[in-house]
Amino acid sequence: MQDLGIRVLFMGNNFIRLLGGLWITLKISLLAVALSVVLGTLLGVVMTIKHPVIKAITKFYLEFIRIMPQLVLLFLVYFGLTKSFGINLSGQVSAVIVFTLWGTAEMGDLVRGALISIPAHQYESGAALGLTKGQIFLYIVIPQTLRRLIPLAINLTTRMIKTTSLIVMIGVVEVLKVAQQIIEANRYTVPDAALWIYGTIFFLYFLACWPISLLASWLEKRWKN
Amino acid sequence: MDIGFITKYVPLYIEAAKLTLRLGVIGILLSLAVGLVCSLALYYRVPVLRRLVSAYIELSRNTPLLVQLFFLYFGLPKVGIRISSEACAIIGLAFLGGSYMAETFRSGLEAIEKSQMESALSVGLTHAQVMRYVIFPQALAISVPGLCANMIFLIKETSVFSVVALPDLMYVAKDLIGLYYKTDEALLMLVIAYLILLLPISILAAVLERRLRYAGFGN
Repeated sequence: MQDLGIRVLFMGNNFIRLLGGLWITLKISLLAVALSVVLGTLLGVVMTIKHPVIKAITKFYLEFIRIMPQLVLLFLVYFGLTKSFGINLSGQVSAVIVFTLWGTAEMGDLVRGALISIPAHQYESGAALGLTKGQIFLYIVIPQTLRRLIPLAINLTTRMIKTTSLIVMIGVVEVLKVAQQIIEANRYTVPDAALWIYGTIFFLYFLACWPISLLASWLEKRWKN
Repeated sequence: MDIGFITKYVPLYIEAAKLTLRLGVIGILLSLAVGLVCSLALYYRVPVLRRLVSAYIELSRNTPLLVQLFFLYFGLPKVGIRISSEACAIIGLAFLGGSYMAETFRSGLEAIEKSQMESALSVGLTHAQVMRYVIFPQALAISVPGLCANMIFLIKETSVFSVVALPDLMYVAKDLIGLYYKTDEALLMLVIAYLILLLPISILAAVLERRLRYAGFGN
């Protein structure tokens, strides 16, 4: 009772196991982020096209993905696909698919917002100077878009890392599951381990996300003008 | 698709949706209160409180609700603090939402130019009157889109409440899948339930945002 179970953390390779669990979360979210940045950029460009059918499809996709809790999407892919179509995906693969779908929607909206926010006179002045379309994009539009986009995209990364914690609910052995295993294994010898273990996970997540958040707000301030 | 099954278990979903909505609304109201107090502490630069509030915001924004709930529900009883499932869920939601609301209120307050405050003071309003009639209405109008987004976000976040043994929508769906293997029906009802809960808020938010854009006159 005196130490409230902090020693469990340092018994055997428990702490390493926790870190390993966190790494699974990070791996899945970073993979999904990478895919979302590529696909989301494409989606964002597509969303600026003024065509009613394209607009309707992208809007439906965006609204559906954004309105459903991510956990529901995970259930749909993990349980739904298996039952309805016989597609048997592991928890990790379903997680990557879901977070890529979601990240693509969010990223697409950010890219669209950044592209629209470039006023028309920027394109026109570029054209008036005799730049070609490609040059206008390369030297005028893209640098300005990136400055607005990058801090927002970094924030999206932290959101995706945080949301990836949900994968424990579809049976992926990540940091929370490892924590449960450690706590259960020491149930009799150290009954109070839960406080320290879950407290540690809380700070591990904080340590993973905080630097990224700081980077985003620093870039945002730096690039404000 | 088994229609009989669906009609039989719709009442379960309605009960669960009520629970989600009730906890969500209480959590949102509390987080609005927390957010308002925190944003005022930041706005007025209250010496010590300001540091505490910033620390709280960073801590809450950079950790997932799921982990916060695990800590509250499974961790804290070990030091003798026992909280019921519902209280846990509400505290967790308020802890998470408070920081998001605080940031939104703060950016609204900071968006009001200094000249507004100075000109209001120069026509003889007291400080309280300036806040009441000049600063707050404008700040609120600027914050509304953000606040709506936060509300939708928080209601979505309630989907993790099943980990603290609350029979919410996810819990019911998972239960039905486990008991009867009616995955399609259970998931379909789950999606529809969340659409019914969230679509009206989302539409209302869009309408409000459009109407309040007039409040930002002159910008």
